[in-house]
Amino acid sequence: MESVDYTTLAKALAIGLGAIGPGIGIGMIGKGAMEAIGRNPEASNKVFVPMLIIAAFAEAIAIYALVIAFSI
Amino acid sequence: METATNHNEISHEVTLYAEPIGHIGNFQITNALLTSWLAVAIIVTISLIIRFSIKKVPGKLQSAFELLLDGAYDLCDQVTGSRKISQKVFPLAIGIFFFVLFNNWLGILPLGGFGIVETSGVGENAHSAFLPYLRPGTADINTTIALAVIAVIGSNLFGILSIGAWKTFNKYVNLKALGNMAIKVRKEPMVLLTAPITFFVGILELVGEAAKIASLSFRLFGNVFAGEVLLGAMAAILAYVLPVPFLFLEVFVGLIQALIFSMLTLVYFSIAAQDHEEHDKKHGEAHAH
Repeated sequence: MESVDYTTLAKALAIGLGAIGPGIGIGMIGKGAMEAIGRNPEASNKVFVPMLIIAAFAEAIAIYALVIAFSI
Repeated sequence: METATNHNEISHEVTLYAEPIGHIGNFQITNALLTSWLAVAIIVTISLIIRFSIKKVPGKLQSAFELLLDGAYDLCDQVTGSRKISQKVFPLAIGIFFFVLFNNWLGILPLGGFGIVETSGVGENAHSAFLPYLRPGTADINTTIALAVIAVIGSNLFGILSIGAWKTFNKYVNLKALGNMAIKVRKEPMVLLTAPITFFVGILELVGEAAKIASLSFRLFGNVFAGEVLLGAMAAILAYVLPVPFLFLEVFVGLIQALIFSMLTLVYFSIAAQDHEEHDKKHGEAHAH
């Protein structure tokens, strides 16, 4: 029997599947922020910084997957 | 160094671990360690310069930092809710902020060409690897875990100092709730049901503390390390031009991650200083009125 090396596939799956959730999450954060700014354009400065911070939280989950993909 | 007989290409792979670049006795010095020393040196120098040039009529440098400090204090107050807690926690939070920030930014300085070339193997198998001197200290998991442990253990110590050891202990191993089972069972039999749940929630909090360390350290490490990998990959696709927008992104990510780490430290400290029961009592009173 010839053994097949699935390491590359494992790496691709780890980052590929891991990026789905954060991608959806960041999209929703952006949607919420855009709606808020659209309703109340004066508040855009107040909305922008929390939006970035929360987006960084969501992004961190994709980063975990990336680290795992590198360490496989 | 590369010799005439060795025609191998010099490779540089971004490794998950910091690369050793030298030794002092038995002590291994990695490039991440060197960069974090550099960051500390820069911070100490700047703070000493400002410290010894404080005047009543501030100069440019002093007013810039006064402005920064004022803004940071306001941000800190928003998180902690009171100036009193802010004043105690602020030095640690801003220290972590500047340490992480300088580390992140030192890593993306265009000085990546400075480094040593290390050759391993002999003859045909010889392989030269390039080890840069600057690698952000935060791109080494050891640094970020150390910072996270400082934040979490420090927050619990702060809780012990501000609300007492017994109350902090009861947050995790809720002996009080178990004791209430015996005391209050006659008045309200429901306590038999709720107390074990409260106890179990306390155990979950204990797990939560470990999760805090993991998420804090991996978030920072992952972001900075991924930035290094991203820049390397972009430079490999189209050198000099393509990495430029990503360099701006990394400058931004470095700032945001430093901000997030120090903000979360603040949040943990202010949560630890809160008394759960007092909080509940206040809520109960508010509902009753």
